[in-house]
Amino acid sequence: MSNLSIRRKPPRVGDAPLFRRSLIGIVLVLVAFVIVAPLVIIGVEAFSKGWQLYRDTVIHPDTLHAVMLTVLAALIAVPINTIFGIAAAWAITKFDFWGKRFLLVVIEIPFSVSPIVAGVAYLFVYGLQGLFGPWLDAHDIKILFAVPGIIIASMFVTAPFVARELIPLMQAQGRDLEEASTSLGASGWRTFFSVTLPNVKWALLYGVILCNARVMGEFGAVSVVSGNIRGQTNTLPLHIELLYHDYNATGAFAAASILALIAVFTIIAKVALERQGAGRVRKQANPAEKTS
Amino acid sequence: MRRRNVLPGLPLSLGVTLFYVGLIVVLPLAALAFKAASLGFEDYWRIVSSSRSMASYRVTVLSALGATAFNLFFGLALAWVVTRYRFPGRRIVDAVVDLPFALPTAVAGIALTALFANSGWFGSVLEGFGIKVAYTPIGIMIAMCFTSLPFIVRTVQPVLEDLDPALEEAAQSLGGSDWTIFAKVILPLLAPALLAGVSLSFARCLGEFGAIIFIAGNQPMSTEITALLIFIRLEEYDYQAAAAIASVLLLAAFFMLAVTNWLQARALRYTVKG
Repeated sequence: MSNLSIRRKPPRVGDAPLFRRSLIGIVLVLVAFVIVAPLVIIGVEAFSKGWQLYRDTVIHPDTLHAVMLTVLAALIAVPINTIFGIAAAWAITKFDFWGKRFLLVVIEIPFSVSPIVAGVAYLFVYGLQGLFGPWLDAHDIKILFAVPGIIIASMFVTAPFVARELIPLMQAQGRDLEEASTSLGASGWRTFFSVTLPNVKWALLYGVILCNARVMGEFGAVSVVSGNIRGQTNTLPLHIELLYHDYNATGAFAAASILALIAVFTIIAKVALERQGAGRVRKQANPAEKTS
Repeated sequence: MRRRNVLPGLPLSLGVTLFYVGLIVVLPLAALAFKAASLGFEDYWRIVSSSRSMASYRVTVLSALGATAFNLFFGLALAWVVTRYRFPGRRIVDAVVDLPFALPTAVAGIALTALFANSGWFGSVLEGFGIKVAYTPIGIMIAMCFTSLPFIVRTVQPVLEDLDPALEEAAQSLGGSDWTIFAKVILPLLAPALLAGVSLSFARCLGEFGAIIFIAGNQPMSTEITALLIFIRLEEYDYQAAAAIASVLLLAAFFMLAVTNWLQARALRYTVKG
């Protein structure tokens, strides 16, 4: 090949043209089959019976109610998890205390626990056979099989998202800037908003977006605690299941297309934020860069 | 080396953190453990070792192993292609890897079912070869593959990016073939991250629910996963059985969490050397 002459580096392992091309080919085919095809089929199925039926499903009051409930859950759960994530990152990265490593592990628990297990666990706290159930019932407070249950179950599932993005980055950035700021007389809040926040804003937004996508799409935990009351406690993912089991597959795919669209936007936002340096924090957790 | 810390905000930030973690994470899991423990050993053992429970563990664990094994090869190949080669569409491939994380599991579930049903794009072709996917354990495996793929890619990718080319060059100058260098130099460096990704992926497969219930036949003893069995026990108002079986999944999750943390600590030991 003639362009060999302009190559500056010797070929690395796996750069043999035949191997390289076949591996790229195999991976592209698998990506198309495994990842892209499911996304495409949602659109195809959603419009399989025409635009009219699609529109009817999307603007049906039950669907709109499910959308509203999903948005409401996100509007409450995401800010709370953001505040928690910031507090946890501040405590863990700016201070040394006993049990810090253990706390880190506990924060990550929701990632490994099945959403169904999370839902069941909440039954035994707020359900009638749970810890607070009888008291809540006596005071006529409904948490389970109602909107608050949906929100707290979503909060469990997404609790680590923001913290996990912030902690490695703030760890890598160290404490020097904040220490300089407070020693010059700035208050803790001022230091946080003028020094820390500008340095972590992209990672923070990145965590918030991932957290939001997961809240809006949560299915298992929410389906345990929601009670699936049509037009009352159905979030969008639950509504999809309901339509699907009503033998209204086209309707289910129409509702699913809304969530698929949110997923695509999430990925676009994620790529845009990664260009700003978010999400690559683990790479920066390198002692060589901390010494500056 | 330790200095006196002058930064403010420890009581507030740690207070908020502990309160939230306690209320949202620890309290419910403790309540579940308490409920399961209140059963007494004999009842507990009878429920968790019943033939239907055992069958659900078997199908869950075997499908998770199959899915993770597939993702080990596919995920490594994907991470390799995206970090080491330049080709048109590379950035798009890199971006769509996250689709299984971003796409709600219920949406993935109905999409995969539509693809692999007998009349679907893939299902109709596979049926020609006599392979049935939807409503069989293979379907469970495919749903698990889809939802857990990004774990392996995203844990291996940073390590692959940071690999020092000098190591490969040294091996090349000593006359090693590509395969030898991959097996003896690159793979050992990737191994801790790869194993951490595998354990994350496996843990996710064990707990997966939304994507699977649509594509699995959900038949007791053959295509009923453990998470679904818990759900069914709840619908039957058999809360004790639900608590007992859920505690088994919880223990499995804790075990996988411990394994992952240990592996990640090892993985970090290699990357930090940079």
